[in-house]
Amino acid sequence: MIAYVIQRAFQALAVMIVVSLVSFMLFNFVGDPVDNMVGQEATYEERVAMRDNLGLNDPFLVQFARFVGNAVKGEFGISYRIQRPVADLIAERMPATLELVIASAFLSVLLGIPMGIYTGIRPNSWLSRSILVGSLVGVTLPTFVIGILLIYIFSVGLGVLPSFGRGEAVQLGWWSTGFLTVTGWKAIIMPSVTLALFQMTIILRLVRSEMLEVMRTDYIKFARARGLPNQIINFGHAFKNTLVPVITIVGLNLGSLIAFSIITETVFQWPGMGFLFIQAVGFADIPVMAAYLVMVAVIFVSINLFVDILYFVVDPRLRADKTVAAGN
Amino acid sequence: MRIKFLSKISFAVVTVALTSSPVFAENVIRWASQGDALTSDPHAANESPTHSASRKVYDVLYYNDKDMKLTPWLATGHKLVNAKTWEFSLRKGVKFHDGSNFTADDVKFSIERALSPTSDLKGDISSIQEVKVINSHTVQIITKEPNPIMRNQLTNVFMMSKAWSEKHKVTQPQDRAGKQETYAVRHAMGTGPFKLELREPDVKTILVKNNNWWGLKTYPHQVDKIIYTPIANQATRVAALLSGELDFILDPPLQDLDRIKNTAGLHLEQTAQVRTIFLGMNQGVKELLTSNVKGKNPLSDQRVRQAMYQAINVEAIKKKVMRGYAVPAGLITPPAVHGYTEALNKRRPYDVTAAKKLLTEAGYPSGFSIQLDCPNNRYINDEGICQAVVGMLGKIGIKVNLSAIPKTLHFPKIKNRETDFYMLGWGVSSLDSHYVFNYLVKGADKGWNGTGFADADIDATILEIGKEVDFPKRDKMIAKVWQKLRDNVNYLPIHHQVIVWAMSDKLDIPIVADDGVRFIYTKFKK
Repeated sequence: MIAYVIQRAFQALAVMIVVSLVSFMLFNFVGDPVDNMVGQEATYEERVAMRDNLGLNDPFLVQFARFVGNAVKGEFGISYRIQRPVADLIAERMPATLELVIASAFLSVLLGIPMGIYTGIRPNSWLSRSILVGSLVGVTLPTFVIGILLIYIFSVGLGVLPSFGRGEAVQLGWWSTGFLTVTGWKAIIMPSVTLALFQMTIILRLVRSEMLEVMRTDYIKFARARGLPNQIINFGHAFKNTLVPVITIVGLNLGSLIAFSIITETVFQWPGMGFLFIQAVGFADIPVMAAYLVMVAVIFVSINLFVDILYFVVDPRLRADKTVAAGN
Repeated sequence: MRIKFLSKISFAVVTVALTSSPVFAENVIRWASQGDALTSDPHAANESPTHSASRKVYDVLYYNDKDMKLTPWLATGHKLVNAKTWEFSLRKGVKFHDGSNFTADDVKFSIERALSPTSDLKGDISSIQEVKVINSHTVQIITKEPNPIMRNQLTNVFMMSKAWSEKHKVTQPQDRAGKQETYAVRHAMGTGPFKLELREPDVKTILVKNNNWWGLKTYPHQVDKIIYTPIANQATRVAALLSGELDFILDPPLQDLDRIKNTAGLHLEQTAQVRTIFLGMNQGVKELLTSNVKGKNPLSDQRVRQAMYQAINVEAIKKKVMRGYAVPAGLITPPAVHGYTEALNKRRPYDVTAAKKLLTEAGYPSGFSIQLDCPNNRYINDEGICQAVVGMLGKIGIKVNLSAIPKTLHFPKIKNRETDFYMLGWGVSSLDSHYVFNYLVKGADKGWNGTGFADADIDATILEIGKEVDFPKRDKMIAKVWQKLRDNVNYLPIHHQVIVWAMSDKLDIPIVADDGVRFIYTKFKK
């Protein structure tokens, strides 16, 4: 078991190094940050001096080694754009993004699963058909358009929800939460719906196809033959067996929710990490971009590592093979 | 019973809230623009949104008022002691937000801070050699060379408190390669009309009225509180204005202007900005990088440049690309700048036949090919303008290949001479032609003049303009350089950018050509 975990951890580390190397290479293509940092009056010599000071004139590998060296110590430098330490910026923005992601994950699960079950059990009812047609909207319309559409309906048209921002946030230690104020709850509704729509559709369709599959199996027929009530068959037997792939997908999608939140955050001026990143790209703010990409890689790699270990715990075959392979 | 009791309480609360609101009525302005100021440190970033934010909390010696007129501000008067020495008398009785007095020591400290290595303003005021304190309310600024526009160059040098800066260890602006954030990045304490109450960069900034501001008698504004939230997305920004969550937006997108204008309770203000959009042509090199003409440079021929000029229909660009919000330009500097005249701004006529004839005379009857480099996220509809130019030059046989890229990639191409034909926009903070000449006309291997134009006589004249303190003589020299530029067609002027502000009818904020809000001129309609 320990050997397996260590092996996985090393793989994760290797992935991290490759990800940071590739993302670092990409920074060569975002342009010159110095142009954004100094006014148009700065002379050529001043610009060169600034580049030297920032270490941008060093060879690529030297820059990378310095970045990794500092990153290991937890130092990501100062944002070129807003002149604040990157670690502070990310720590300040992370609660906003995580709250948004959690709210969307809840929404997509709480709405997606019941609708999936219903459309799976009654595939031919008019309600199922309209849910499925409606769900196409969730997959086909870009997040951006959905966000703007919601703003125009609920902010401009009806005037009931705020079009931007996070409302009033309450500081709990280092974590700022919007869940403790009315304005905070109002502000999170539209962004979380926008972000949840795509995930909800995926979950809905996954649950539906799994349900259709399971409903055809022999044990459901036997259960019916035994005269069990529909409710027990549907939920006790069928639904339970659809859950394994659904849980895997929901878990893995948490990572992509964080990634998708970039667009949602931009539309709603949500003060999260995705928004920070997109502004950093526009400015060629290398310290922020580097730290963000490393952090996203950490999130993905840890989720995968966690899932791998869970498999080991859940799946006895994996354990047996390893013990056999080890010669015990 | 209990429910009744509760509802009574809530009724009472509501009544109190409703009836008491007029008593506490505050004039609050909630506004937004695309991007926040980069820092609260007034010397750390030479960028107009940052200057605009600093101007609310900090004061300057000389101020550009709402009409961009130079106005004595913390300085009350000046005299030239000799060609290189300016003496300024300072306003008396001015207090910082912490109650301390503003004196000559603070002026000396602030100017020296703005000249320090980590300051981004040092280029603007590099002519200053020394600042001398004469007495508590008189300072002398000694320049390396005579400097006729000293006062104009001080309009963005904000005055900080020496004692406050020493106390918080911010006697120098933030070092970008450093590790620690300095105190001044998120805190500000000046003598200005507003006090900084809350600063969350990129999220929210709250300013409150400074009731002890020295200028309240002359500028008796009624703005009690200003809440600023940056909103990066255009559509969201407009939606927030339409829904009444904001009172004012600085940069509404062109395509939404009609909608805002037609919405009850909102109105627009517009003016020509101090920024002109133009195209530069590299006429200095032997052979172009991207042209099919080899062994010679078609752009070196004045006739070719004039042909390109006359082939561009700026009225069409104004109408179609800019939806009417542009002022066609005949020179590369806008009306607010000293040295601009209507005569110079008159364009050569748009004439495709004449352009074709000029090209034939120059030896390119069937045109040539060239790449146009253009930013796609810097100026209003920058890429759209370039696309229009491609089509127009195509009509006279010049095959233009458009490369539209982000500003972070575009500007280095100009400065490193890696482009033949490029778009550039130029704002003028000192409001003087010398600034334009120095960066865009004077010959240089690197930097903003990517045209390769270099003329010894013109360069000498520009140097003279920089230090001539006899103003009529200086104006003549400025006119001479502009005329030369016009005859030689160094650049293809397109238009002076027009800025539009959108606001609620309950307030009236005069629009300013440098796109910086002066809230002290706000009028509320009851």
